[in-house]
Amino acid sequence: MAVASPDLHPPIVELIGIRKRFGPVVANDGVDLAVLRGEIHCLLGENGAGKSTLMKILYGLYPPDGGEIRVRGQKVHIRSPRDAMALGIGMVHQHFMLVDRLTVAENLIAGQEPVRNGLLDLRRARQAIREMADRYGLRVDPDARVQDLSVGEQQRVEILKALMRNVDILILDEPTAVLTPQEVDELFRVMLQLKADGKTLIFITHKLRETMAFSDRVTVLRNGRHVGTWRTADTSPEQLAEMMVGRQVTLRVARPHRLPGDVLLELDRVSAIDDRGQPRLRDVTLSVRSGEILGIAGVEGNGQLELEEVIAGLRPISSGRIRINGQEPRQPGPRGRRALGLAHIPSDRLRRGLAAPLPVTRNGILGRHWQPPFARRGVLREPAIRSHVGQLLAEFQIRGRLDAPASTLSGGNQQKLVVARELAHGPRVILACQPTRGVDVGAIEHIHSRLLEMRAAGAAILLISADLDELLALSDRLVVMYEGTIVAEGPADRFTRKELGLWMAGQRPDRAGSLAQAAPDRHPAPPKEGAAHA
Amino acid sequence: MSDAWEVIFQINTLTAALRLATPIALAAMAGTLSERAGVINIGLEGKLLAGAFAAVYVTYVTGAPWLGVLAAMAAGMLVGLLLGLFAIRLRADHVVAGVGINILLLGLTTWLLQVVWGGRGTSPAVTSLPRWSIPVLRDIPVVGELLGSHSPLVYFTLLAAPALWLVLFRTPAGLRVRLIGEHPEAADTVGIAVNRTQYLTLMAAGALAALGGAQLSLGDLAWFSQNMSAGRGYMALAANVFGQWNPVGSLLAALLFALTDAVQMRIQTLPNPWPAELVQMLPYLLTILVLSGAVRRSRPPAALGRHYPPDHGAGAL
Ligand SMILES: Nc1ncnc2c1ncn2[C@@H]1O[C@H](COP(=O)(O)OP(=O)(O)O)[C@@H](O)[C@H]1O
Ligand SMILES: [Mg+2]
Repeated sequence: MAVASPDLHPPIVELIGIRKRFGPVVANDGVDLAVLRGEIHCLLGENGAGKSTLMKILYGLYPPDGGEIRVRGQKVHIRSPRDAMALGIGMVHQHFMLVDRLTVAENLIAGQEPVRNGLLDLRRARQAIREMADRYGLRVDPDARVQDLSVGEQQRVEILKALMRNVDILILDEPTAVLTPQEVDELFRVMLQLKADGKTLIFITHKLRETMAFSDRVTVLRNGRHVGTWRTADTSPEQLAEMMVGRQVTLRVARPHRLPGDVLLELDRVSAIDDRGQPRLRDVTLSVRSGEILGIAGVEGNGQLELEEVIAGLRPISSGRIRINGQEPRQPGPRGRRALGLAHIPSDRLRRGLAAPLPVTRNGILGRHWQPPFARRGVLREPAIRSHVGQLLAEFQIRGRLDAPASTLSGGNQQKLVVARELAHGPRVILACQPTRGVDVGAIEHIHSRLLEMRAAGAAILLISADLDELLALSDRLVVMYEGTIVAEGPADRFTRKELGLWMAGQRPDRAGSLAQAAPDRHPAPPKEGAAHA
Repeated sequence: MSDAWEVIFQINTLTAALRLATPIALAAMAGTLSERAGVINIGLEGKLLAGAFAAVYVTYVTGAPWLGVLAAMAAGMLVGLLLGLFAIRLRADHVVAGVGINILLLGLTTWLLQVVWGGRGTSPAVTSLPRWSIPVLRDIPVVGELLGSHSPLVYFTLLAAPALWLVLFRTPAGLRVRLIGEHPEAADTVGIAVNRTQYLTLMAAGALAALGGAQLSLGDLAWFSQNMSAGRGYMALAANVFGQWNPVGSLLAALLFALTDAVQMRIQTLPNPWPAELVQMLPYLLTILVLSGAVRRSRPPAALGRHYPPDHGAGAL
């Protein structure tokens, strides 16, 4: 399709006909990509489109099955990240490549350590880190341990790691996914400064807003194929969305107004500690009514996981009460809660939502596998199971065979299977955690409309999500969590993205007349600890 | 009673503990090294046996115990390479590979013992390692008695622990090893050759553990006998955990275990009402107690036991 008009700058990186398959999955199917010197090139595509795979090939982490790579006009063979770095290519990975237990300095110098008398020269390392950090305004403490850093700080370390290897082509794989809006702004400032310094940036995202905001050109991938490359100025978000998905998409969901009913989920001053004994939830009080979606916003790691676990019955509460459908569960653990009508879509589908090696039939009944009609006298009843799960597959348009292991399904189909199972028995309360993380737009649309159907049917839904767009689109009310407490709550349409970002960062937006309420004083701000980062 | 105390806690007990600790400490440091690189090392027992046998065999043939020591190191490196082959190249479960190595070497050394020297269960006596007695040190009271005169491998061990600590925590090579044990993907993405470093580390660890074997056969005694490691490899594994994957910790833990062993031996020489078997259990009992307490506190390298690169289909990186 369209290729941008020849620019003044020559291409610095050319990928030609790159092919890569993982077993049956074709991740890259003859992809072409030309990146010009000194530009910010956005690589746009849905989850699973093959963006990370393509960049890992360029960075030497995966060998391609076919195709050619040229850097600065020369054909090259990149067999390892070492080769890539030698060519001046650096990469900031979607999942940070940092060791929690080591210090920032140790993480930054590993692989190219400064040495004095045979020993690590940490003094020189610190100095080099400070110089580079000052140059780009990437503040970090070289002696801090990575485990004590916020996600935004960790990302700065990742960027520094690439810069300290003197790269001039920097790949950033979904760098904004884990950041607050303010941190995103900060990242964009750094990226523009890098560009001004003459560096070339390849920026992966699936968010149209970011693409439009500051990329020079954009390439869209879909299903492992190159759809096209445009100058960003010549496209529109609608056009790009259609290219990404391959059809017209509704970027908004319809959420009819509804009067909420009785309180079905209630938390009263609930506190909990994490596995290391640190307090992670402090006096959380909230309630969700029938026909209402309550969204939980917050930077990941501020107690959302623990909140999920205490409601689902996977973590004991240290104080407080939980009421589901008006009753306190009599039995600890998930079974007692399910008996009261709770459905749980876990935030980590592979760890908690599915038994990935087991077939779809088994995964479709987990949690009720011991009950009739799926089991009689302790023995599974295959016909009942097959007909039930078969129905789920049809209803949710899940592509997968009944007898295939769940691990062979795509992420979107796995997630739809979890959602289908959890919604199958008319739950009164739904705990939906990251319900669309890492799935394609089709599945997102489907899952969102199912949740809204359940809302219309009178379920109370607690939605924990790291995706602000999702929270704003689905929620009736929002609460913001910060360091284990609720710092703000209010009707969803009273929050702007900017305000949400400030609350999430632990700050208090001082906008006169803001209708979103700071949480009342019965949720005192937690004392600042060593590990606390604003 | 006070007589008994005097027998148990005389300086000789400590000297004996130091001697007994040496093979365990060397093997424990080997465990530290390989586990810091992410490879579980159950095979320490096998490496002790390999070292003990190779040391005696080469000394028997050449009459030179130092050549025996070199041979032990070579044998240990070979066994380390074998573990690497199973655990890295063939992607076997690390525990299974290690247990396999232990069984293999127990069988192999027992068989060779019979083939080379006939079926008596021990080799003939060979020249043992000399005892070094350190000029100034030996004249200091108490310290001299404790440290003055030992097999060279005892001194080596006392120096190796801090040296290894320095390597692991203060040199580029050590940083790379630790990075691999914590997060091999991260190591790979900064250009560190993950598998090659693991092989080298396993070979170094093999040499170290086999030196422990040489101390057993040529330092303590002057012959090889069937299964002469007698579970010390497993105690070393425990010492490594108790020592928090730190070479100095490994040494100290090994000393503690050995001290119990020495005390146990002293108790046996005294008139006492307990069956010998119960008394002999002491060091092992301590190992279990210490481990059940220590394991809760300590945190192994995050990627310990994992294969890198991961299997295809094992999920996105
Ligand atoms: N290491 C891997 N093993 C097996 N399949 C993989 C692996 N990495 C990616 N895939 C598959 O390849 C496809 C493309 O994935 P990816 O490149 O991560 O997409 P994106 O980054 O665009 O979301 C997906 O279907 C994914 O499941
Ligand atoms: Mg990706």
